[in-house]
Amino acid sequence: MTASNATPEVALEARPAAAAAERGTPLLRRLRRLRWGVAAAAVLLLIVLSAVLAPLIAPHDPLVVDIRHRLAPPAWMAGGTPDHLLGTDQVGRDLLSRVIYGGRISLIVGVAAVILSASIGILLGLAAGYFGGAIDWTIMTVVNIVLTFPFVLLALAVIAVLGPSLPNMIAVLGVAGWPIYARVIRAETLALREREFITAGRALGMSHARLIFRQILPNLVSAGVVIATLQVAQVIVLESFLSFLGLGVQPPIPAWGNMLGEGRVYMLNSWWIAAFPGAAIFITTLVINLLGNALRDWLDPRLKL
Amino acid sequence: MRRYIARQVLQLIVVVIGISILSFGILHVIGDPVLLLLPQNAGKEEFERYRHLLGLDRPIYVQYWTFASNAVRGDFGRSWYGDAPVFRLVMERMPPTIYLTFAGLAVALLIAIPLGTLAALRRHSFVDTLCTILATAGQALPLFWLGIMLIIIFAVRLKLLPASGYGTWQHFLMPSLCLGMAFAPITMRLVRSGMIEVLSMDYIKTARSKGMAERRVVWKHAFRNASIPVVTVLGLQFGQLLGGAIITETVFAWPGVASLTVDSIRNQDFPVVQCAVVLLALIIVVVNLIVDVVVGLIDPRIRTGA
Repeated sequence: MTASNATPEVALEARPAAAAAERGTPLLRRLRRLRWGVAAAAVLLLIVLSAVLAPLIAPHDPLVVDIRHRLAPPAWMAGGTPDHLLGTDQVGRDLLSRVIYGGRISLIVGVAAVILSASIGILLGLAAGYFGGAIDWTIMTVVNIVLTFPFVLLALAVIAVLGPSLPNMIAVLGVAGWPIYARVIRAETLALREREFITAGRALGMSHARLIFRQILPNLVSAGVVIATLQVAQVIVLESFLSFLGLGVQPPIPAWGNMLGEGRVYMLNSWWIAAFPGAAIFITTLVINLLGNALRDWLDPRLKL
Repeated sequence: MRRYIARQVLQLIVVVIGISILSFGILHVIGDPVLLLLPQNAGKEEFERYRHLLGLDRPIYVQYWTFASNAVRGDFGRSWYGDAPVFRLVMERMPPTIYLTFAGLAVALLIAIPLGTLAALRRHSFVDTLCTILATAGQALPLFWLGIMLIIIFAVRLKLLPASGYGTWQHFLMPSLCLGMAFAPITMRLVRSGMIEVLSMDYIKTARSKGMAERRVVWKHAFRNASIPVVTVLGLQFGQLLGGAIITETVFAWPGVASLTVDSIRNQDFPVVQCAVVLLALIIVVVNLIVDVVVGLIDPRIRTGA
């Protein structure tokens, strides 16, 4: 959900696991405790694979129109055919194939936008935390301003000016998403800056750049990875919302959001057109969130997000 | 206390200026109003004439100053589409958005307070696990899809509620349920963790050992204290709540600011978008300020500690 963009979500307390369950090698034990995360990772891997291998596994061409078989229900309902497992849409395109291909857009946008916002946010967070003073004040003021804006509103306004397209969407979501990284990385940097190894490095005459990138940054990798994972889910939801409004990837290219938007018109009789792409968004976000939470518990349990 | 409020107000002013620069910049730096306004096949001199007419050939800081000083007086220009004053257009659509936001918040609290409290009282029980599962699933649920599914179930299949529109209390049910369900997971987690922390305090043990009724311990002693962090974080989340209301509006054709904004984007009516963005951001900032001040009044540790 977009509403949880900057959630200071409280880490779930580690459960006092029963001693009996604590058998096996340390790695196995760890994996067992994170079984939800492992399961989520497996599902996510499936989703990613099916998107990457879409041309091989999709039963039909997602763009081929077959007007004679339009609005066919899913295979298990009366009137459905095994040829179209999830049914067809308003012009007879195979829904399963479109859902599989649609994952490509969501994943590309999610990953690309997150790489962009993580790069900006981590750099600015490091600068704010390391240098402090006026640099810190300026960066944090900008962070507060951008965080005040609902993400959706900012994205809408920028897309309105730039016009809808895939690169524009990646740019907007990437640029709008950086403050959360900056805030967390800044706080972590502030704490690290006071540690002995930094003082030692400074005494040895290391440059600022070396201290920041070789000494501090490696300690922030886990925090960065956890936020980035959770942010991918946020970005996917937002991308699909923009596409849903017709401000994202343009039809006929299938994206989960624009399929949902098109399906809305037909929901009176053909609920499946809107339901399946939506379910795809839901499952993808769910497993990414689960994976993100598991990564946090594993890598950095005290991280508050 | 006065210094605390002054500091918050100062911060508010900085943020508002920042927002105005941002929304001005989106149109004038990233985009070009003339390109949006004129047809693509318009001649070069036509572009220049319009540029001059709109004052776009002046230095950018002069343009910003004109925009900002007019905006302070409530003048955001006229709509490119209908030629009405933009400020009035946006203000007319503001009440439905605000009603929806608060209705959604109410639903979220109605779901989150009982469930979160129960989960905190019976930690690691079935109820707690169920709440965690619901919260995790709820956070992954795309708000606009949830809205469409509600419409399919309650309006199309069961024919109980109107699918969209505004006016009667029936129109309120689905949108506020939708927004509330989207916001409940975060709220529930806040209530749960707040209650867990407070319930481990010594004064709760004292109250219990005095033989005070459990209900009184939970609601009078624990919940009141646990509500402070909940209110603070919810205040900070108000922008996200409003963002959720924006999404909800577009699904249910709710005649609020968001629908106006989306329609204006489709019509390329940028002054309306600009005004809506600035006013919504202003509301968020003011709500954040009020929450900060109220929390500072309730809990003196916050205002001195900050």
